Amino acid sequence: MSILRLEQVCKSYNQHRAVDEVSFEIPTGSIFGMLGPNGAGKTSLIRIITTIIRADSGTVFFNGEKLSHKHPALIGYMPEERGLYRKMRVGEHLLYLERLNGLPKRQARAAHQEWIAHCGILDWWGKKLEEMSKGMQQKIQFIATVVHRPPLLILDEPFSGLDPINTNLIKDEIDKMAREGTSIIFSTHRMEQVEEVCQHIVLINQGRNVLEGPVDEVKHRFKENRFRIQFLGILPSDLEERISIIERWAQSITVQLDGTQDSNSLLRYLLDHQIQVLAFHEILPSLNEIFIKQIGAFDAASQNS
Amino acid sequence: MEKLWLIIKREYLTRVRKRSFLLATFLTPLAFAIFFVIIGVIFSYESGETLHIAIVDEGKILRNNFSKDEDNLYFHVVSTPLEELRETFGAGKYDGILVLPKISQLQAQDHTVYYYREKPLGLDVRTTVVAKVRNRIRDYKMRMLNLEEVDIRSLKVSVEFQPEAIREGDAESSSMAAWIAAAIGGMMGVIMYMTVFIYGMMVMRSVMEEKMNRIVEVMISSVKPFQLMMGKIIGVGAVGLTQVAIWGILIPLVYGLVFLLFGFNSSQTEMAMSTADIDQVDLQLMAEQIGGELWSQNWALILPLFVFYFLGGYFLYASLFAAVGSAMGDDMGEGQALTIPITIPVVLAFYIMFVAVRAPQSNLAVWSSIFPLFSPIVMPARLAFDPPWWEIAASVLSLAATAIFFVWLSGRIYRVGILMYGKKVSLREIGRWLFYRG
Repeated sequence: MSILRLEQVCKSYNQHRAVDEVSFEIPTGSIFGMLGPNGAGKTSLIRIITTIIRADSGTVFFNGEKLSHKHPALIGYMPEERGLYRKMRVGEHLLYLERLNGLPKRQARAAHQEWIAHCGILDWWGKKLEEMSKGMQQKIQFIATVVHRPPLLILDEPFSGLDPINTNLIKDEIDKMAREGTSIIFSTHRMEQVEEVCQHIVLINQGRNVLEGPVDEVKHRFKENRFRIQFLGILPSDLEERISIIERWAQSITVQLDGTQDSNSLLRYLLDHQIQVLAFHEILPSLNEIFIKQIGAFDAASQNS
Repeated sequence: MEKLWLIIKREYLTRVRKRSFLLATFLTPLAFAIFFVIIGVIFSYESGETLHIAIVDEGKILRNNFSKDEDNLYFHVVSTPLEELRETFGAGKYDGILVLPKISQLQAQDHTVYYYREKPLGLDVRTTVVAKVRNRIRDYKMRMLNLEEVDIRSLKVSVEFQPEAIREGDAESSSMAAWIAAAIGGMMGVIMYMTVFIYGMMVMRSVMEEKMNRIVEVMISSVKPFQLMMGKIIGVGAVGLTQVAIWGILIPLVYGLVFLLFGFNSSQTEMAMSTADIDQVDLQLMAEQIGGELWSQNWALILPLFVFYFLGGYFLYASLFAAVGSAMGDDMGEGQALTIPITIPVVLAFYIMFVAVRAPQSNLAVWSSIFPLFSPIVMPARLAFDPPWWEIAASVLSLAATAIFFVWLSGRIYRVGILMYGKKVSLREIGRWLFYRG
């Protein structure tokens, strides 16, 4: 079951195609990374999902139903550009947003007080937002997004501007919520965070879906048959003629196998030459590498066409 | 509906609780009070010095001495010739010598008196002296021409213009009606004008702020843009009503209190203007007429229409201001240019209102009071002049339709505008937004 399914979604502004036949699916309870360079169409997609704008064509399904006006209340959205009413007090503000999302007053108060206590900022309840530091405001914004416990969370660059401690705090919360069944869309261009956090990704470029899938699978799809070998002993001199060595240190090398070679025969060859192999592992490309490579290839292709 | 109510409540409460609102609301009447006090002090200010003026009555005009009814101002009719007085002037007995020359031509209208002095007379004292001399010359001429006071009064003709209904049973009104109607209409127009500007601009600024600090994106992921816009317009409108209501109570109250405490009254300013023509009886009659006229106005019709035009005008213009606010970028200056198309009709309407008060049946007044961009300001000014019912109907219908249309139109602009960043927008661009699919 997927919480969200996009089918052939398109959106244009004037002549510019912001979203071009994008389709993907977000499994319920997963942390889903939506990646792409600036201006790729991520924000437009998010706005379509949150019903802020309507797609020109294509369909979005939320829990199997066609997306409609009753769904935004089930979505918690934290935009990249954070904004809160600076003149309002923390408690007031949270209460206001919760009630706009349809939570009754008493329930709302209980819910955000729990969160505030949980984040250790109970003293801030009556403070005005303009009196708070930027990081603090960000925490409040996060609480405002999750406090009504929506089954789908959309976080646009949730860690930007946060210090490592608060980043970890929020990362833990995200993990916890995902384990409890909340589905999370995580939009970012910080690849190392995606690798740490996400299980699924979709890569958007120039409004199009470039690639999609579980993180492990994507990495395997783009692996380049590179292996790192740590060893003791002296490498046979003819090794370089048999395989290409990309990097070489005293006790370790990185090698690139071509399509015809397989790792087992390489290992056997080394063992046969009395080399003591301490470690032998495949190097999977980082999402960052895949990202840069794919975007580069895509842009080159679209320029030629 | 519940969301709209929540938004209205927030917009209203955050503004009303702001210190700047409290200051503006309660300090404005206080500023008025201080203004009144200062004006009063200025008007009642008298130079403390005593003046002695010698009068040389060459024309034998005076029958008796000038009465001493002014503080610190003494007149002395002397028989000493002018030359002698001038020579002994330094002795300091008199501060000035007033010479009333002989009147050779009784029919002459213009007369000159001469005042010899070292220090110039204050304007105030001069006015008093001139008024006294004028009365004495008038008395003198009456004696010489053998005229009676009654005859003179009979020459001072005053005509009262009394409109009468052609058919019996139609409402009649006194001559005061036009003035009262004009005053009411003018006041209404001024209030409308100020309200549209102050609170319309408030809506615009607030929309712009929400857009700039990106809160709007969080908001419209849970409410419709139209709800957000309407909530803001209604909330700010309620703030406006609150403020106007508080002023409506506080300003007369403060005014009254100041008068009680400091005892200024309007006769002081009147005296300065020396309006000798209105006597006490006239004033009383006028007051009665004003009172009667106020009661005879068709309030049952006018009051609801006031409210209607107030709301209609506010919604029409505030929604336009909201649309402009949503289209503004980070650059305030460029946004100001966008407000010009809105402010022009308001300012025009304000000027047309003055014409409408002077000539309520003129073509300009009639058509402006039906044209919806002007009618909220012009029509209230005409209401007290009993415009034909079809004009009122046409005006009400066109304003209602236009206000609804503009709210809808602004909603279409707003929903696109608030999500557009970093792009310089032209009016043409905004026009294109109207046709965007939501």
